[in-house]
Amino acid sequence: MSMINYASREINCKIVYYGPGLCGKTTNLEYVYNKVRPETRGKLISLATETERTLFFDFLPVDLGSIRGFNTRFHLYTVPGQVYYNASRRLILKGVDGVVFVADSQAERMDANYASMQNLYENLAEYGYDPRTLPMVIQYNKRDLANAVNLGELRAQLNPDSLADFEAVATKGMGVFDTLKAVSKLVIKSLG
Amino acid sequence: MNPAATSWAFEAQDLERLDALLGAFLDGSQARCALLLDRTGRLLTAAGDDAGFDRVSFASLAAADFGASDQLARLLGEREFRSLYHQGENGSMYLVDVAGHAILAALFDARTTLGRVRLKTKAVVPEFASLFAQIAARDRTVGARLEAGWLTEVEDEIDRLFAE
Repeated sequence: MSMINYASREINCKIVYYGPGLCGKTTNLEYVYNKVRPETRGKLISLATETERTLFFDFLPVDLGSIRGFNTRFHLYTVPGQVYYNASRRLILKGVDGVVFVADSQAERMDANYASMQNLYENLAEYGYDPRTLPMVIQYNKRDLANAVNLGELRAQLNPDSLADFEAVATKGMGVFDTLKAVSKLVIKSLG
Repeated sequence: MNPAATSWAFEAQDLERLDALLGAFLDGSQARCALLLDRTGRLLTAAGDDAGFDRVSFASLAAADFGASDQLARLLGEREFRSLYHQGENGSMYLVDVAGHAILAALFDARTTLGRVRLKTKAVVPEFASLFAQIAARDRTVGARLEAGWLTEVEDEIDRLFAE
């Protein structure tokens, strides 16, 4: 999954933001792009439709810099959430080191969250990944909305294995970095 | 597919050999620039004049382009499309699969021809494939040789970088 280059002393890790359409995956990446120090990030690439829905993926490289001689870089990707883009989603999961599942907290999106989670497991299985060992965290986004489901119910539906999870309002940045920190650390630990 | 097949640990001598093959390919094909990337979009190495373009973004987009074409091939009943060609006004791009492990991308202009690039690609791909097979056969436990204390320092840097 990850790539370590002992010659150029680089480590590259791939983190994918997954979840149903309009749950806030791209918003997470945009927030990270706008908030990290400019010298630590590359270009934010978005392959989107004219209506700004993700068509293929968003991509943002973030560089931790040199630590004990190794330059560590995270490649952050989003997938298109809409159900009919599954072929694209599966492609983006290739070589993944860690997953952030972004759930939409709104009551009317619970079925979509659940379907997307099932779809994630199916696509991971196609590549031979074991979801129980792959670094993964869950973000419950849109916590500021009046129709947000309570946290206990979200956890019961989407997080039966008690993965690390975070409440978020990605449009305001709440929970975005906490989520990214958690998944990055899980990925780094998994290298050892 | 075993996920470990996309996990790589490159030694200095691997890069030397990849770079030597890439350099020879560049000389023979007269391409402006050649890049080697893995199928998940990570740049492995490059040679030639890259004219300062963003190589990290290039690798990510080229791998996605290639992956999408692979899926298109399957939809059409083909096992795979082994190469991709994009023609531009001043420069063109030729991408070719390296045994499912990597993608060789050649960027070229009017100083050479697609035919020549194709011919040289055909010659060098088996050599790249053999090298990747050797690298893939080795132990790829990534963290085995990272210094003690590295993990703690990386975690501290993650906290510093991803802070409000």
